[in-house]
Amino acid sequence: MLLRTVLIRLLTTAITLFGVAVVVFTLVRVAPGNPIAMMLPPGATEQDIANLTALYGFDKSLPHQFVIWLSGVVQGDFGTSITLRRPVSELVLSRLPATLELSVMALFIAVALGGFVAVLGARRRNSATEVGLDLSSGAVLSIPDFLWGLIFVLLFGVLWPVLSISGRIDPRIEFDFTTNYYVLEGLLRGRFDVVGSTLGHMLMPAMSLALPLAAMIAQLLKQNLKEELLKDYTTLTRVRGFTETAVILREALRNAALPTLALVGVQFTFLIGGTVIVERLFAYEGLGNMAIDAVINRDLPLIQGIVMLFAALFIVINLAVDLSYTLLNPRLRHG
Amino acid sequence: MKELSTLSRRGFLGASAALSALLVSGVPTLAQDGSNLTIAYNLPVQSWDPTTGPAAVNPALQSVYLAVFDRFIGQAPDLSFEPGLLTDWSFSEDKSTITMTVREGVKWHNGADLTPEDVVWSLKRAANPETGNPMQFVWGKIGNFAIDGQVITADVMEFEPALFKWMAFLTAFVLPKAYYEEVGPEGFENAPVGTGPYMVDAFEQGAYVRLKAFPDYWGDAPEFETVTIKFVTDSASRVAEIESGNSDITTNIPYEEYDRLIAKDGLSGEAVPITDIGMIFLNDIDVMTDKNVRLAAHHAIDKQLIIDRLLRGYGVPISTLEAPGYAAYDDSIVVEYDPELSKELLAESGYSTDNPVKFTIQTTRGFKPKDYEMIQAIVGMWRKVGIEAEIEVYEIAKHYELRATDTLAPAAFYNWGNSIGDPSTSTGFSMFGPSPHAVWDTQDLIDKIGPLFVEPDEEKRIQGYKDVSKYIAEEGYVIPLLQYVMPIVYASDLSVTPYTSGDLLPQAVSKS
Repeated sequence: MLLRTVLIRLLTTAITLFGVAVVVFTLVRVAPGNPIAMMLPPGATEQDIANLTALYGFDKSLPHQFVIWLSGVVQGDFGTSITLRRPVSELVLSRLPATLELSVMALFIAVALGGFVAVLGARRRNSATEVGLDLSSGAVLSIPDFLWGLIFVLLFGVLWPVLSISGRIDPRIEFDFTTNYYVLEGLLRGRFDVVGSTLGHMLMPAMSLALPLAAMIAQLLKQNLKEELLKDYTTLTRVRGFTETAVILREALRNAALPTLALVGVQFTFLIGGTVIVERLFAYEGLGNMAIDAVINRDLPLIQGIVMLFAALFIVINLAVDLSYTLLNPRLRHG
Repeated sequence: MKELSTLSRRGFLGASAALSALLVSGVPTLAQDGSNLTIAYNLPVQSWDPTTGPAAVNPALQSVYLAVFDRFIGQAPDLSFEPGLLTDWSFSEDKSTITMTVREGVKWHNGADLTPEDVVWSLKRAANPETGNPMQFVWGKIGNFAIDGQVITADVMEFEPALFKWMAFLTAFVLPKAYYEEVGPEGFENAPVGTGPYMVDAFEQGAYVRLKAFPDYWGDAPEFETVTIKFVTDSASRVAEIESGNSDITTNIPYEEYDRLIAKDGLSGEAVPITDIGMIFLNDIDVMTDKNVRLAAHHAIDKQLIIDRLLRGYGVPISTLEAPGYAAYDDSIVVEYDPELSKELLAESGYSTDNPVKFTIQTTRGFKPKDYEMIQAIVGMWRKVGIEAEIEVYEIAKHYELRATDTLAPAAFYNWGNSIGDPSTSTGFSMFGPSPHAVWDTQDLIDKIGPLFVEPDEEKRIQGYKDVSKYIAEEGYVIPLLQYVMPIVYASDLSVTPYTSGDLLPQAVSKS
C-alpha cells in the first residue's frame, strides 16, 4: 500500500516538475528585461549585439531553446549562469546547504518555541496566562518575517551588538570546507569555532523565519491539546495519578501533534520561500539571496535552475510529510 | 510514581550555558583590528574574470577588481590618467600606429614576471568575440602587435581617439597569459591571479572576499595587511554594519542615514560628486518632436530644489551630459529654471494648464536614490506650466530592453555613468542615433556627433563636443538633471581617499 502510494507520488512529481519547467521557462522569457540589453557597452554595434545573442544561445527560437535546455536538465545540466559564468547545477547545489541549514534551524526554533507555548497554554488553560499567550501569538503572527529581521538587526545588531548582522560565518575563520554544510561539517570535524560562528550568524535570520511559524504552531497545537484533554483517556490518566503536565506530554501531545505535523509540513515550504527576503536582509549566502541577484540581472538559466530546485524541494517535503503522516496515523496506514 | 519530566532545571540551565558559550564564539568583534580592514560593500563579485561577461562592465564592481588587478593605464582620484602597467603610450603622428611601454619589475601574484606578451595576449583576447568581452568594439580597433623589449607597437585598424582612456576603464585589465592558459577559465575563477596590491585569499560567492596584501606589489604598499569585503546588498543592513562596528567602511547608503551616521561619535564621512548623472531621455516621437514642448519641459524643472529637498543637498545640477570634471564640461551652457518661459513656449504650441500637453514618462523605483520621488516632483512642476505626464514605473532591465529597441516612452529617467570623463562615452554614445543606447535619433545630431568619433585633433574633438552639448541644450534633445554624490561612511580613525570615478579602493584607505 505504502509502496504504491510512493510510486504514484513519484510519478505525479515528475509530471509536476515538467509542468513547472514549462511554466518557468516560458515566464522568464516573456517577462520584461533582456539580459543581452543589460550588458551592452556604450559603443556596441549591431554585430556586437548579434555576437552576444549567439554566445548565450538567445538567437534560437523559444521551442528550440526549451528543447536544448530540457535535454540538458534530464542529464543534470541546467546550463551556465550568464552573470556568474559557472554551471547552474554547481551554483545552486553549492548554495542549497546554506538555505537548508537556515530553514532547519528555523524549523527547530519554531517547533520548540511553538510547542512550548502550546503546552504552557494548555497547562494553564482558561487562565490569564492563556489569554496572554494567545494575544502574544496573534501579535507575533501579524508581523512578517522580514520585519522581524529588521527588528532583530536593530536590537541585537545595533543597539546591543551581540550577534552578527550579515553573512554566514566570520570571514576571518580559516576552514577548508569539504561540503557547504558548515554546522554539520564543523561538528563532525570538531571545529566548534566554526559551529559557533555559523549558529551565531544564523540565529537572527532563523528567528525571523521561525517566529510566525511558531505562533501558528502554538495556536493550533494548543487548541488540539485542549480538545484531547477533554477526552476520556486523559481523564483516566489523571485518575491513575499522573500530573497534568505528564498527562499533556505523555498522552495528549501524541494525538494532538498529528494535525500540527501536517501544518508544519506545509508551512515549512513557505518558510523556505521566506528565506528569499530574509537571506537578502542578512546578506546570507543561500539560494534565496542568489535568486534575487539572478532576477535583477535577468540571469535566465540561473533563475530556471533555482526555481526548479525550489519546486523539487517543495514536492519532496510535501511527499515526506504525507508519508510520515501515513506512517504515524494507523487509520491511514491500514486504510 | 515516575516523574515524566525529561529535562531537569539543572539540566536546562547547563544546556543553556553551553549553547550561549557556543553562540558567543560567533559573536561579532570590532571590525578594524590593527592591520585588518572590513568593508561592507553593496554588490557581490560575480566573476573573477574582470574582462568578460556582464560583471566586467558593471562599474560598481571595478573597485574590487582594482584591488586585485591592474589596468593598462591607471586613473587618479580626480579622473586624470597616470601610468599603470603601461608607463608610456601614444599614437603615431599620422594615427596609424600606437606605441606602449610595459612597466618593468612587475610581479604576478603567483611570483611570475609580468611580460609584454601578457599585455599583448590580454589585448588580443579582449578583441576576440569568443571570449565574451563586451567591449570588443574598442579592442578590435588595434591589431598586428609587435614586441621589442618592453615596447609594444600595434597597427590602428580604426582610429579611436579615446583608445588610451578606454585602457583605464571597463575590461582594460591585464591578465597572466601563462597562468590563464595553464588553469583555464574555471581554474582562474577559483584562484585568480593579478598584479594588484591585494591577492585573493578566500572568496565565498555572495558573501565575502578576503584579501591579503601582495608583498611584491610594484606600487606603494597598502596600509592594511588583510581586507575583508562583505557583500551586503541591503542598504539598511549596511547601515547596521557600520553603526554596530562590524564594518569599518560602507557606501551607497541613503543620504538621510549618511547625515545621521556622520553626526555620531567615531564615524566620519565623505560625500563627493562622482561620474554618474541622472537624466531624462527624450524620444523623438509624439509630442517630443515639438521643440517648444521639449524646452518647456526642461525649463520647468527646478533641479536645485529637487537636490535640496529630496537628496538633502547631495547633488550638482547640470545642464548638459558633461558634468564638472569631464573633459568637455562647459560651465557657460546653462538651461535656467524658468517656469514663465515654459508657459510661453507651450502657449506657442497651443498648450496651457487648461489644455496641457500629455505624454508618458518612465522611471525606475529604487534603482537610484529617490528616482521615483524625483520624477513625481518633476511631474508636479510640469503640471504647473501645462504639462500632464503620466508616470510609468518599470524595472531597470525593462529600460535596457526598451532602449536597445528604441521603444522608450517620450520621456524616460535614467542614470549615465562615465568613469573616464570622455565626451564620447557620455554625450557621444547616449545621443548618437546608431548607438543602441541613444534614444534621440535625428539626422542633425548624427551628422554633428559622427565625425567627432574619429576626430584626430584632441582640441578640436573636445571643442566639437562642447558645441554639440550647446546645440543639444538649445534644441532640448535631452534633460540632464544632476550629478550624483556618493556617500562613504567610515570609522573616524581611518582616512579614505574618494575617487570621482565612484571607486572605493581598499588601497586608498589608511589609518588617520
